[in-house]
Amino acid sequence: MTLLQRLSRPWIWAWLAAALAFAATLGLTSGRGAGELAYAALSFGAFAAIVGMGQMLVITLGPGNVDLSIPATMTLAATLALKVMSTDPGTALLGLGVALAVGLGTGLANFALIFLLRLPPIIATLAASLIYQSLAIWSNRGLRIKPPPGLADFATGRFLGLPNVAWVGLALALIVWVVLERSVWGRWLLAAGQNLRAARLAGMPVEAVRAAAYVTVAVFAALAGYLLASFSGGAALNMGQEYLLMSIAVVVIGGTSIAGGNSNVPGVWGAALFMFLVVSMLNSYGAGAGVRNVLTGTIIIAIVIAASTRRPGA
Amino acid sequence: MTQNANAPVVTLTEAAKHFGAVRALDGVDLSVAPGDCVGLVGHNGAGKSTLVNLINGSFAPSSGQVAFPGGAAGVRSVFQELSLCPNLTVAENLRISHPGLKGPGWRRPARAEICAALDAVFPGHGIAADAEVDTLSIAERQMVEIAIGFAPRGGQARLVILDEPTSALDAGIADQLLAHVKRFCAQGGAVIFISHMLGEIFEVATRIVVLKDGRIVAERPAAGFTRQGLVDAMGHVATEEAAREAESRPPPGAVVIAAEGIEARRGEIVGLSGLAGHGQAAALARLYLSQSSDWRAGRAPRAVFVAGDRPRDGVLPLWSILRNITASILPRDARRGMVDRDRERTVAEEWKRRIGIRTDDLSNPILSLSGGNQQKVLFARALASDAPVVVMDDPMRGVDVGTKQDVYAMIRAEAAAGRTFLWYSTETEEVCQCDRVFVFRNHAISAELAGDQITEERILQASFEMQEAS
Repeated sequence: MTLLQRLSRPWIWAWLAAALAFAATLGLTSGRGAGELAYAALSFGAFAAIVGMGQMLVITLGPGNVDLSIPATMTLAATLALKVMSTDPGTALLGLGVALAVGLGTGLANFALIFLLRLPPIIATLAASLIYQSLAIWSNRGLRIKPPPGLADFATGRFLGLPNVAWVGLALALIVWVVLERSVWGRWLLAAGQNLRAARLAGMPVEAVRAAAYVTVAVFAALAGYLLASFSGGAALNMGQEYLLMSIAVVVIGGTSIAGGNSNVPGVWGAALFMFLVVSMLNSYGAGAGVRNVLTGTIIIAIVIAASTRRPGA
Repeated sequence: MTQNANAPVVTLTEAAKHFGAVRALDGVDLSVAPGDCVGLVGHNGAGKSTLVNLINGSFAPSSGQVAFPGGAAGVRSVFQELSLCPNLTVAENLRISHPGLKGPGWRRPARAEICAALDAVFPGHGIAADAEVDTLSIAERQMVEIAIGFAPRGGQARLVILDEPTSALDAGIADQLLAHVKRFCAQGGAVIFISHMLGEIFEVATRIVVLKDGRIVAERPAAGFTRQGLVDAMGHVATEEAAREAESRPPPGAVVIAAEGIEARRGEIVGLSGLAGHGQAAALARLYLSQSSDWRAGRAPRAVFVAGDRPRDGVLPLWSILRNITASILPRDARRGMVDRDRERTVAEEWKRRIGIRTDDLSNPILSLSGGNQQKVLFARALASDAPVVVMDDPMRGVDVGTKQDVYAMIRAEAAAGRTFLWYSTETEEVCQCDRVFVFRNHAISAELAGDQITEERILQASFEMQEAS
């Protein structure tokens, strides 16, 4: 494969950008702290990657498809899971089950609004997220419940030098990649995103595909919420906030086509690392919050342009 | 308005329009003078719309000339596809084609002008000039569109082209229009009147022009035609070959599908015919959708679909040729939900060979193929499945003659092997290949023809409204 062909792969840009941000940060410290920085990027990037992969599946369905209820689903799943576990040892799997059930429920509810009431997904998921957030507030009542110690150790621990949450994110990435590239369902999703009517007329069960995508994004968000709450010592009502924009940004920076029909799993991970590294780079250069936001936005735009203009035929 | 009252409004000399290799209009001589009402008839694809578009300036002729001795002002077209802006009022729609209305308070003269025009053509119409178009019925919209065509609009209408103006109108309103057309022509206006309702043509036209395959095959005063003579002049017979082929196939078996008033038997090729836009494509799509599910896709689908409108209904544009071919057979060849990629390639290579898709590599993008080859891919997608029913929605658009013959042969072979084909076509020649034909008119089946009854004349008769405009 030539260099040009490599550059024409849209996900390479996210990884290049992540590597540059990494190098720029280390340039300031003359290489010290490289391991720590990589470890932190993998830890925090894992949460963005998990929600990003869910969002990617929905965005692949084509224009107008997006899940804006990710933050609320994360918060609700984490809140209910921690409440059920109530810091008791040995309840980690019970909590996981509750979190995943919450994700299943919100995913089905989102799709029901979209399918039965024919609401645009943006409206449906945004409106539903208000309900999920309210449920979280109502059930939480200001309490901050700590995760069970074993679970907290797992979420902050490491295996073979990599954070456990990163292993979870990598395993999910592998599964999503296999499903998209090799499975019948993945083909259906990609076809539906290119031309819904043509996919339907080719005999594909497009509504089932859409339903599965919306349920998957919610389950991924619930899992991310569960892990994030365990990682950070408890659920907070604003814990999902930054993942609304983050989930969409990592999909777009990662080279997935917003027009639908084209997914990019490696790009999501590269973009998730980049999103963490660019903030830590600007922090270490002493940029203030305002400057940081402006630069982050500018860099995102630059990468999206670079990735999309290099795509052949796009 | 004109220097010479008797000079023709428009004169076409050897006018031709080619789209690539397709000769939509192949050298037409026509002259329309003030006071003429020309009835223009012909089958789908005969070149009527192209002729209209040459006269109204939408197309430039590929060769020959379109001349307006008195200038092109006052030449108007009223289209069957409603071209009003639905979010504007009736009066505001007049403004779009009347640049003279401007300055503050332009709505008042606009209201007055459109009301006068509507009153002139359709007395007692009951349409308010301030009504938004999307609150009007289809018939009322058509009336507004016609009235705008005849309105002065800062000058005077000299030639009005009416393309199927009455298809949305009931008989009483249509009569008002016909009466107005006669008045308009008596006062020195010219009209080109396109209709599939032959009764109307005979009522208003002073002269009838018959188009076939882009040429004028007959042009005579209306009195010189009989109704049957007109139908004969439009059509041509090409059924003998198809009839011979049909004999070599076994007789059809049990009924495999019965929906939308269409019934088809095992091994039968059933045609849907009639004029374009009379509900055939919609009926086929409904029929196919009722045979498949939004929620499940089994290993053995009951029906497959061959799209004719490739970008809208068929092609998955980001994918390779290979993936486009196998789109409908994924569940059948899958193992535990995973695509069997070796088998997928084998199937695709086999169909590339059988149907002759011109490409070096099936991994090339589908959009690298020409339209005809993309259509072959869609045929391959359907035929590669084991579905007993194949639904085809005018699948031969943009397909060259050689490929058509190949595909006809393949369809007959598959039918002989027991498959059922439902085939909508706008080309009568293709319909004549079928064992049985349902002719559609106004979204309903107007005739069912079988065997020797399937002739172009019979199909045309069933397609056209034969009764008098009462």
